[in-house]
Amino acid sequence: MSITYLEAIREAQRRALRDDPRVYIYGQDIATFGGAFKATKNLAREFPGRVIDAPISEDAMVGSAIGAAIEGMRPIIEMQFADFSSVGINQIVNQAATFFWRTQVACPITIRLPSGGNPGSGPFHSQNLESLYAHFPGLVVMTPATVEDAYSMLLEAIEINDPVIYCEHKYLYNRLKTEALTEAELPPHKARVARRGRDLTIVAYSAMVHESLAAAEQLQRENIAVEIVDLRTVKPLDIDTVLASVAHTSRLLCVGESWPWGGVNAEVIASVATHGFHLLDAPPQRINSKDTPIPFSPHLWSVHKPSSQVIAAAARRLFDW
Amino acid sequence: MLDTLREHRGEVAPSLFPDLYITAFKWMLLARMVEEKLGNLWRAGKIAGGVYLGKGQEAISSAIGTLLKPGDLFGPLIRDQAGRLAFGEPMIDVFRTHFGSRTGPTLGRDGNVHRGRPREGQFPMISHLGSLVSVVAGALMARRFKGDKTAVGATTIGDGGTSTGAFHEAINMAAIEKLPLVVVVSNNRYAYSTPNSREFACDDLADRARGYGIEGYSMDGTDLGECLEVLGKAVERARSGCGPQLVVGHCLRLTGHAEHDDAFYMDKRLLDSPIGRDCLKVAESFLRKQGWASETQIENWRKLAKQQVEESAAIAQCEPQADPREENWCPYATESIAEAHFNR
Repeated sequence: MSITYLEAIREAQRRALRDDPRVYIYGQDIATFGGAFKATKNLAREFPGRVIDAPISEDAMVGSAIGAAIEGMRPIIEMQFADFSSVGINQIVNQAATFFWRTQVACPITIRLPSGGNPGSGPFHSQNLESLYAHFPGLVVMTPATVEDAYSMLLEAIEINDPVIYCEHKYLYNRLKTEALTEAELPPHKARVARRGRDLTIVAYSAMVHESLAAAEQLQRENIAVEIVDLRTVKPLDIDTVLASVAHTSRLLCVGESWPWGGVNAEVIASVATHGFHLLDAPPQRINSKDTPIPFSPHLWSVHKPSSQVIAAAARRLFDW
Repeated sequence: MLDTLREHRGEVAPSLFPDLYITAFKWMLLARMVEEKLGNLWRAGKIAGGVYLGKGQEAISSAIGTLLKPGDLFGPLIRDQAGRLAFGEPMIDVFRTHFGSRTGPTLGRDGNVHRGRPREGQFPMISHLGSLVSVVAGALMARRFKGDKTAVGATTIGDGGTSTGAFHEAINMAAIEKLPLVVVVSNNRYAYSTPNSREFACDDLADRARGYGIEGYSMDGTDLGECLEVLGKAVERARSGCGPQLVVGHCLRLTGHAEHDDAFYMDKRLLDSPIGRDCLKVAESFLRKQGWASETQIENWRKLAKQQVEESAAIAQCEPQADPREENWCPYATESIAEAHFNR
């Protein structure tokens, strides 16, 4: 029996609801309908009154979760699409993210953002907002790339005493499968070496880990051995694992699906340049989506975001530098 | 004064009305004294940032703070010194927060009106108006999950704040969930410098209640007796399962937006209209007229309040300011995340 990335998210929520009476889920169309992507399918029936349909009010959804968290609950907010979380951004970045700093009272909420594109999703159903949320102090921003991480990191997000932005990638929902769910080997804020290699380091997260792994397979045939670091959580950033990898490859390529200006790639490169400039034999490189809104046409979209071919080409140039 | 006043919290029986009125009046008086002191300290350059006062709306604020019971929830806003004290805020919190003391509830990390005691049900506001309404609503959802069938949550806002999307979203959501939420609007006629005519187009903000499918009331916010009656009814109805209540108190902001603002834009004719009355003076003459308190008694209360305010301010002023070398500069509550925060 196999389990998908999406089923792992559902199972994590089922387990949290079963084991912790403080947990409830609030979001649009999540009760009877089971969510736009079915991440909460059947959960409302199994846990009556704890999987609740919300009006189309992202600000109020997050605000209410903050109030409930202060009163001891562990709310999970499902945004229907990551894109719509910007309607609730004030509550996320000003109310939730600052709450512990201002009051010494924890604000443990989990906000699930179905992120990233699928063919035909267009400018407002495809966004990756991890860089935006990572900018604000006080938020934890998770970007799981594997089925196992989708499961264990969501459970950890609920456990953590801080507000967590949990970016789940829609492209991975049904494409990624594993045989069985396992307990996490790493704490959620530690990066993972997803593939060992000696020639260059690719730092990626979420769906871009898989594009990078595909690129590494191509490059292996050309005798270029790529090491891949999966950040897992982008805020706080585990720069130690990145530096350790760069220390033995001396080359760095960062891959992210969000837009290029600022952001996770820029932060990784700035940190490596600051703390590990002497480790580098070549200028660090980055690949992001193009600096335009996300196109609807599957043809346009296929070249808007980083692909394994583009990653492999950049890695070759870096290897030959 | 503080301790004896709190014994009367939440009592609304008609026979106790004089006691309730006197209690609420004393909170108004104390709040006025606190705010006069804050204004003086600001003018003396002792307070960084702004000082925002609630002169003219103490009756509304004091009434809701007095009517809430221990165990209820309160999300006060800018001009709620009276309600905050009545709900249980220690006076020293006011001065510590304004001075940026490290002993204060925000450790000097936030100032002036941005203070609260969330563990005691008093929520700290952020500057983004309307955003506290859903927080109080969510806290009530939590109480419902935990089986608390008696708690009421109240939050306050001004006329300007009712124009925000957050205000609308939160009331609509609370109405759907039938939460015991009392939203108190002090229509003090000005949002900073913007008059009602540039803020909304309905006759009375209480009319909006009907659109939300909740109960709405309008009241004279300069009349403490009316505030206690109307808000008392609203709190009682919320508590007995009638869902959210919207109460609009009509008054006038008898001060600038903050102490730096002389309110030159204000229509001075409003000062001579019924809403321009000073609610504290109105309450004082009512007390005397009813024979519930003599002039001497009121003068004694005033002296006592002044003494408490001076003591509290003096204590806070002697305490250390927040110290950059002792600040831990960490926004995270989770130990392992905090370690990772420092490690980068």
